[in-house]
Amino acid sequence: MLAYGLWDLGGSALKSLLVILGILNTVPILIWLERKICAFIQGRVGPNRVGPFGLLQPLADAIKLAFKEEIIPADADRVLYLLAPFLAFLPSAAAFAFVPFGPEVKSASGELVADLRVAPGSGAGLLLLLATTTLAVYGVAFGGWASNSKYPLMGAVRATAQMISYEIAMGLALVAVIASTGSIDLQQFVADQARPLLGAEFAPPLRWIPNWHVFHQPVAFVLFLIAMFAENNRLPFDLAEAEPELGAGYHTEYTGLKFAMFFMGEYVAMIMMSGLCVTLFLGGWHVPGMPLLEGARGALEPAVSSGAVAAIGVLVFVTKVMLVLCFYMWVRWTLPRFRYDQLMRLGWKMLIPVGLANLFITGVMLVL
Amino acid sequence: MSHSDPHAGHGAEPQHETPPEPGKSLTDRLYLVEIARGLGKTLNHFKDTILGGEATVQFPEKNIYQKDEAERAIGHPNPRLRGEHILVKDEQGREKCVACLLCMSACPALCIYIEPEPAPPEWKDRERHPRVFELDMLRCIYCGYCEEACPCDAIRLTPKLYTPTTSRAERVYDKQRLLDNNPEWQRPQRPKK
Repeated sequence: MLAYGLWDLGGSALKSLLVILGILNTVPILIWLERKICAFIQGRVGPNRVGPFGLLQPLADAIKLAFKEEIIPADADRVLYLLAPFLAFLPSAAAFAFVPFGPEVKSASGELVADLRVAPGSGAGLLLLLATTTLAVYGVAFGGWASNSKYPLMGAVRATAQMISYEIAMGLALVAVIASTGSIDLQQFVADQARPLLGAEFAPPLRWIPNWHVFHQPVAFVLFLIAMFAENNRLPFDLAEAEPELGAGYHTEYTGLKFAMFFMGEYVAMIMMSGLCVTLFLGGWHVPGMPLLEGARGALEPAVSSGAVAAIGVLVFVTKVMLVLCFYMWVRWTLPRFRYDQLMRLGWKMLIPVGLANLFITGVMLVL
Repeated sequence: MSHSDPHAGHGAEPQHETPPEPGKSLTDRLYLVEIARGLGKTLNHFKDTILGGEATVQFPEKNIYQKDEAERAIGHPNPRLRGEHILVKDEQGREKCVACLLCMSACPALCIYIEPEPAPPEWKDRERHPRVFELDMLRCIYCGYCEEACPCDAIRLTPKLYTPTTSRAERVYDKQRLLDNNPEWQRPQRPKK
């Protein structure tokens, strides 16, 4: 894919615009959803005053934040202090460039018409994506450091240590999946998961089960799931903003829209991680029964039907991501927060050995 | 904590395997099983609330004294709650109070003020009645001593909790207001002798 012309550039710009608009509009919905789910789990009704079902509540909150006074602490490092909210937000948003939202649209001759990734043909998508998401920790670290205040610093140090620890576990989980797929191209990942379950040829009734990695790499999936929560600083691993200990954590000294930026960055990172989880383990845009659609292609113009399949793929992908996000919230309102030493013990003494063992077993299976 | 020693029993008793302490069993230490159970629990709560089990009362529109379509109380005010007072009326709509000042003397917060006057001559059953009966709701501690002290069942505490007012003066209830307050609780509380 070296021929990256003006046409592709325009397409990418259009796609990135769509994606960014999509994300920015999802965040308020997520905030609303989070409050509603929290309320229902606790036997309350949640926001219901602003707009129907309280749907406009996040908007009201945003307006409130916009009118707050912007405070910069006197001894803050101004440049880093102002940079941090953007650093917390941008990498997660940028990582969406590599997520395959739907299948490739192909013409009758099998020629590629449109790639539903913002960055088309990014063959090393997984690596780029991981590299980009990891940058988000700089926002947290800078925010805590530049505030020149003790609690934010503690929060930032915790967040950094935690992210580094859990990235290893996450990496180990992913290496096992990469080894069994044999590719780091995310589109390839999904295509691999669209096949029938590995080994199902010996048990024909199981052939309808897709080869989603959650089924043939369950240990890696659980590892990834746990690491995912830790990476996003979500409960039960939200040590970086443990209210009883650290005030609000790394963004204690931020007000108004800069705080909103951090807040939004957190949610965007959540969407990002859910997208990654769906792509890597839950079959991406694939859903059982999709081959039927492919079969119906003959009736339509190939490019049109291919486009229709792609559209359905995007819908499936978005639905799956929303479900994973709901799971995030469900877990948040179920589990209490870990203590910091417990968190580190879980990361280093349990997840990493389990990840290594899983990788070893996967390797042995592959060699056999 | 009644933690029985497993070896304390008689030798003849069958030896039961003691369950491990919380947090020590294999499922507890694996976390994941228990986490799944916890998730199931919260999911149940979620489901119950969605199906109309929320405890919230939509306050300004509704309050805990109202009933819903099925005639169930929306909230659950305890009928024995000690809230705002009423002065009880007799069969002829007069206050039962005979201005004996027992409640006034029993009140530890000194929130009751009574000015007795001779009852009108046509009231054959009593000699005195209160000309002024004032109860300062801001001073009242809702202890219920006045209700206990009253020999005529003339003052009662009812579960009514709040009556918003815009000034302190309005929090001092006069006789008429106490007579009209929370009329549902005017019904006979004790069997007649």
